[in-house]
Amino acid sequence: MYSYVLKRLLSAVAVLFGASLLVFVLVINSGDPLQELRESNAENVEFLIQQRIAFMNLDEPWYSRYWIWLSGIAGCAVGACEFGTNMSGQDVGAMVANSASSTLRLVFLATILSIIIGILTGIITAIRQYSSLDYAVSFFVFLFFSLPVFWAAVLAKDWMGITYNNWLREPNFTWTQITVVAVVLAIMVPLIIGGSARRRLLTGAVMFGFVLVAMPLLDSLNYAREPRLGPAVITLLGVGLAFGLTALLSGLRNRRVLYSALTVVGLGLVSYYATFWLLIDPPGGWLTIAGLFVVTIAVAVLVGRAMGGHAKGQAVAVSVITAALFAVMVLLDHFMRAWPGFLGIKPRPIATIGSSSPNFSGDFWQVALDQGTQLVLPTTILMLVSVATYTRYTRSSMLEAVNQDYIRTARAKGVNERTVVFKHAFRNSMIPLTTIVAFDFAGLIGGAVVVEQVFGWSGMGDMFVTGLSSSDPAPVMAFTLITGAAAVLFNLIADLMYAVLDPRIRV
Amino acid sequence: MSQSIPPIPPEDVRSATEAEDAKLASAQRSYSQGQLVRRRFFAHKPAVVSMAALIFIILLSITSIGFSGQGTGWWSKSFLATGLTVDGGVPTMFRDGFLGEHPFGQDSIGRDYFAMVMRGTQQSLLVALGVALSSTVLGVLVGALAGYFRGWIEAVLMRITDVVIVVPLLALAAVFGAYAQGLPGGTLTLALFIGLATWTGTARLVRAEILSLREKEYVSAAIAMGAHPARIILKHMLPNSIGVIVVNATFAIAAAILLETTLSYLGFGVQAPETSLGALIQNNQNAFTTRPWLFWFPGLFIIAIALSVNFIGDGLRDAIDPRQKRTGSARPGWRTAFGLLGQATAEERSGKQVTELSGGPTQMQPPAGMTDHGPDLGYDPTDEKRDS
Repeated sequence: MYSYVLKRLLSAVAVLFGASLLVFVLVINSGDPLQELRESNAENVEFLIQQRIAFMNLDEPWYSRYWIWLSGIAGCAVGACEFGTNMSGQDVGAMVANSASSTLRLVFLATILSIIIGILTGIITAIRQYSSLDYAVSFFVFLFFSLPVFWAAVLAKDWMGITYNNWLREPNFTWTQITVVAVVLAIMVPLIIGGSARRRLLTGAVMFGFVLVAMPLLDSLNYAREPRLGPAVITLLGVGLAFGLTALLSGLRNRRVLYSALTVVGLGLVSYYATFWLLIDPPGGWLTIAGLFVVTIAVAVLVGRAMGGHAKGQAVAVSVITAALFAVMVLLDHFMRAWPGFLGIKPRPIATIGSSSPNFSGDFWQVALDQGTQLVLPTTILMLVSVATYTRYTRSSMLEAVNQDYIRTARAKGVNERTVVFKHAFRNSMIPLTTIVAFDFAGLIGGAVVVEQVFGWSGMGDMFVTGLSSSDPAPVMAFTLITGAAAVLFNLIADLMYAVLDPRIRV
Repeated sequence: MSQSIPPIPPEDVRSATEAEDAKLASAQRSYSQGQLVRRRFFAHKPAVVSMAALIFIILLSITSIGFSGQGTGWWSKSFLATGLTVDGGVPTMFRDGFLGEHPFGQDSIGRDYFAMVMRGTQQSLLVALGVALSSTVLGVLVGALAGYFRGWIEAVLMRITDVVIVVPLLALAAVFGAYAQGLPGGTLTLALFIGLATWTGTARLVRAEILSLREKEYVSAAIAMGAHPARIILKHMLPNSIGVIVVNATFAIAAAILLETTLSYLGFGVQAPETSLGALIQNNQNAFTTRPWLFWFPGLFIIAIALSVNFIGDGLRDAIDPRQKRTGSARPGWRTAFGLLGQATAEERSGKQVTELSGGPTQMQPPAGMTDHGPDLGYDPTDEKRDS
């Protein structure tokens, strides 16, 4: 195991070395970095040229330049990375430190959201294979695969960003909008839930009526400008979650699991009040919230283990998921509390440019909301292709698993459909997906280059594009090295995960 | 044994053979491999529609402004000639006769946008085909050599593949694109260079294919008879993996269209004064609110091309990929799809064939529709080999 990891890491270093050499040679030969200075009429042009030559070591041969860069990077081994300087003498290490956080925020959020959405859609389409829902999803998957990201981004800016901001000034639904939403949901929801024709018609009718009541209600509460959940709604949703997750993962007949989930909801309500004032202005920001989240999960595990009895594993799983979702709802409640004040500072919330509003100041929640609203459009656009990939692979992987002999055996011995789908089919179909997560992460970093360009973020991708268009190797190399290292690392993790998940594979 | 059976009277023999003949004649026709592929492909309706659409787009872009783009086809305007902007450059299609003076409108300096979009389509298609060609040739070469010879050749080739894979595709393609800008040959050089960044998926796929073909008896027989490795690879192995290669190349075209437009958008692709669909969007994205047509037409052409190539690839994979398993039950008819015939769900779960619901024979021809695998954009993460 350790020797395997060591071997992989060594070969990764060799591969990264090769890749960096390749990119370095191509970049320094792609153009003349002194071109713009030669054409300039500035008085001190001689000096500027000399300065740039010194910054970029242009007086050295190419292998010497590469060696200088490489020895700077080799410092990483002893904790003193030296990424070199770009053509105007800025330290690239500092540039990376500035730009990496916004890019990583974007890529991580997009990865996590697309995994969740893609896998759920994939499971549903696999269960409802060859239904009209399946065909529709397949069409959209193909469409997303064929959609130029930058083109979709411009559309999203206009349709999602500007239209929403305009609407938010006078947030009222017209009856046409309500009817359209109601009709769409009345068609969509029965397709997902399925069942006999009669049941579908019934679900559709219920859904239609629900929307017709709910949307005017939200409207009259001015929900778009002053949204709130409140402890009552959170508890209600939490109890619903506890029942739903128990039904989904272990069946409502398993009382111990249900009770442990309900206990978690009760504890969650207590902690909602206990942490309320702490969270109004959390000292330490995200660290505090992360710490509280860890405590929440730990408590959920304890509750599950203590109350689960013979069904400990299931009880822990259900409690942990319930607790996590409950924590998300509490967080959402605090965000909603900050929303009206945030709208006062930033009346047009969904921004189309930049990773944070310039000169924005507010309390913790308002700053977080600002970053969040800046993220909405780029994340959505970046997710399109990823969601399509995950949907497609989950679907085919599920279908493959469903046709295996052990599924037939499980059905033959009378296991119910829920257990067959979630335990036997889903778990086994998740194994190949670990590889895709690693691959997709690298793809998303590449996609971030385009998205940052469209939305005017000053992240890693922007650093790469600017560096490449002026034949400036240091920023391009920093981008290559970091994304390459991330790709190698994620592949290694995926392979190790694979071995953990699938005992047939040995490393 | 034979003594116990009484001799059959001659007239019975005749009738027996006739019955056998009749049975043979009534049985389903047998088809050659090529016929099977063609039949399966043409049964895939989205693929057929897409093929028609793609052929239409190609013919439109070539015949309208000709290869030179200077109005040598039936459309007399050049994509470079500026002019007076008439009526703010609004498209005249369907307003002023069928096409009018400027069917797709004019840009801010009065160039005819139809000619520009046609030129962009030509260039994008050219790049896509060039990329697919060069990446497929290179990928097949590397994959076949690595898979056949194994040993240190494989180790070296696969490490090179890793080196190329480890850099994000878009970044590497951008670097190659920027490098190709300084070289003569214009668009075609660019295409060949981008191909240098995208061959890795094909190489891995072909290597996996060759590795499995290596264990086949006919390859052992060829080796035993002393055939040259080049002959074994070219005559025995590649023809047997041609299906996978063709399907992969088709998806490579679709991926290359998007890659080229993205590169042109970032400024590392096709360079001015030449134009491409991505460059058109890049130049006109700020005009979206004022002159939206400048933004819509190139985007729709990109989507139309990429979508139809993806569907064609899907149909081809259905038709010729021998590894393609059709998982699940047969496809039901539309009534079942819309939930009007309820039994299908239950029967699908039990894995039974639902031929009586699909309203047609499902034995020979696969029905139209999507397959169970999406386009994998030239890379199939599941066939990752775990041998290091």
